[in-house]
Amino acid sequence: MSDGELKVSKIKNGTVIDHITAGMAPAVLKILGIEQGCHDTVIVAMNVRSQRLGLKDMVKVENRVLEAETVKKIAIVAPHATVNIIKDFAVVQKIPVELPQELIGIVRCSNRNCITNIERVTSYVVVESREPLRLRCHYCETLIEGPYASVLLL
Amino acid sequence: MVQGPKLDWRGKDIISIRDLSREHIEDVLYHAQQIRPDPNLLQGRVMASLFFEPSTRTQLSFATAMQRLGGRVIGFSGTESTSIAKGESLQDTVRTVEKYADIIVMRHPLEGSARLVADTVSIPVINAGDGANQHPTQTLMDLFTIKKFHNRLDDLKIGLVGDLKYGRTVHSLAIAFTRFRKIQLRLISPPNLRMPPSVLQELTGIVSYSETDQLDLSDLDVVYVTRIQKERFPDIEEYEKVKGAYVITPKVCETLKPTAILLHPLPRVDEITPEVDTLPQAKYFEQVQNGVPVRMALLKLLLLGA
Repeated sequence: MSDGELKVSKIKNGTVIDHITAGMAPAVLKILGIEQGCHDTVIVAMNVRSQRLGLKDMVKVENRVLEAETVKKIAIVAPHATVNIIKDFAVVQKIPVELPQELIGIVRCSNRNCITNIERVTSYVVVESREPLRLRCHYCETLIEGPYASVLLL
Repeated sequence: MVQGPKLDWRGKDIISIRDLSREHIEDVLYHAQQIRPDPNLLQGRVMASLFFEPSTRTQLSFATAMQRLGGRVIGFSGTESTSIAKGESLQDTVRTVEKYADIIVMRHPLEGSARLVADTVSIPVINAGDGANQHPTQTLMDLFTIKKFHNRLDDLKIGLVGDLKYGRTVHSLAIAFTRFRKIQLRLISPPNLRMPPSVLQELTGIVSYSETDQLDLSDLDVVYVTRIQKERFPDIEEYEKVKGAYVITPKVCETLKPTAILLHPLPRVDEITPEVDTLPQAKYFEQVQNGVPVRMALLKLLLLGA
């Protein structure tokens, strides 16, 4: 582990989400659905020293491989995160965490009067800026500022 | 006005001023200036006028525009006698309408409804107002009026007065001015009705603007007054506090430049007194009249091309 003093157990099989923005590990757990309960081992580290980010969070989940939609959601709350798939204690795949230009069915529009919050319409949000994160609803054009995006995840 | 490069309008939608470049805006204004009533131009074409909430000017001026070009109008105003009252979705309603009509003009109380309809049907859609979001043809007629009197859309000092928080016309107009050069916007409103930060963010670095609660109009080329809209206030007490805040009277008009023009999207309540109507700067009834040529031009462009 390149970040020196961090000492947490390795997992045999599963996923390691590293370089999560400090303080955002609970949001990542929510995206993974782990706050609703989980039978597998989950290791959470928060405010760990990081050369790249200053401080970072980390989540390790045993026996879980993330779907592409889940990785997009993680990109919203932790744009610098890295996702590593682990098999027999070794990294076998690195999944890039990249925010796509368009998020369909991932983030709800914050405008209560938006058609997507009234009729049965899949939400459709366009990424206007990655840093700072700024999203705009394709339909009602409401601007969604980064900090609000995490609470609007579907 | 001079015609620019020929743009491809046929089959396009008019949903938001954000979709229109300077070239697009100038092209619409050019065609609006050129167009004349012609009972043969859109003969046999049908416009579906879907007004899910009431409107006087917009609905009538679209119908007038279509009929002056020889087209027919079908549709409804209010939803009581339609399948929507039975719970039909907006998408199902417009999928049906597109089988009967060549173009849809729609006003709907929900923001984003016009874009949803445009994404759903294959015929052109014109947004005639989607909740508090957009009303692009109003903005085009505002720009047409300004251009008509000042012969330019660059290098103007413009005051937006009144409800800048809830008024969609001023949001769209401010955004439209990001397409033009050397614009100075003075945003005049009570502190609790200031322009939303999301709009200011779009102006920053492109249009010079200042915010004030003082009704100083003396150096402006255009004064655009808006009604403080009761229906946009969640709290009636908040409405009562601000409703009479910025009233344009003949005395206020004495401070205007002789060449200034006074505009209002209408309907007005008491923000411009009736005595102002006869002053040379009062142009709001000409502005409303300009809705017809602008909408005639749009109907022609979207149905027939340039």
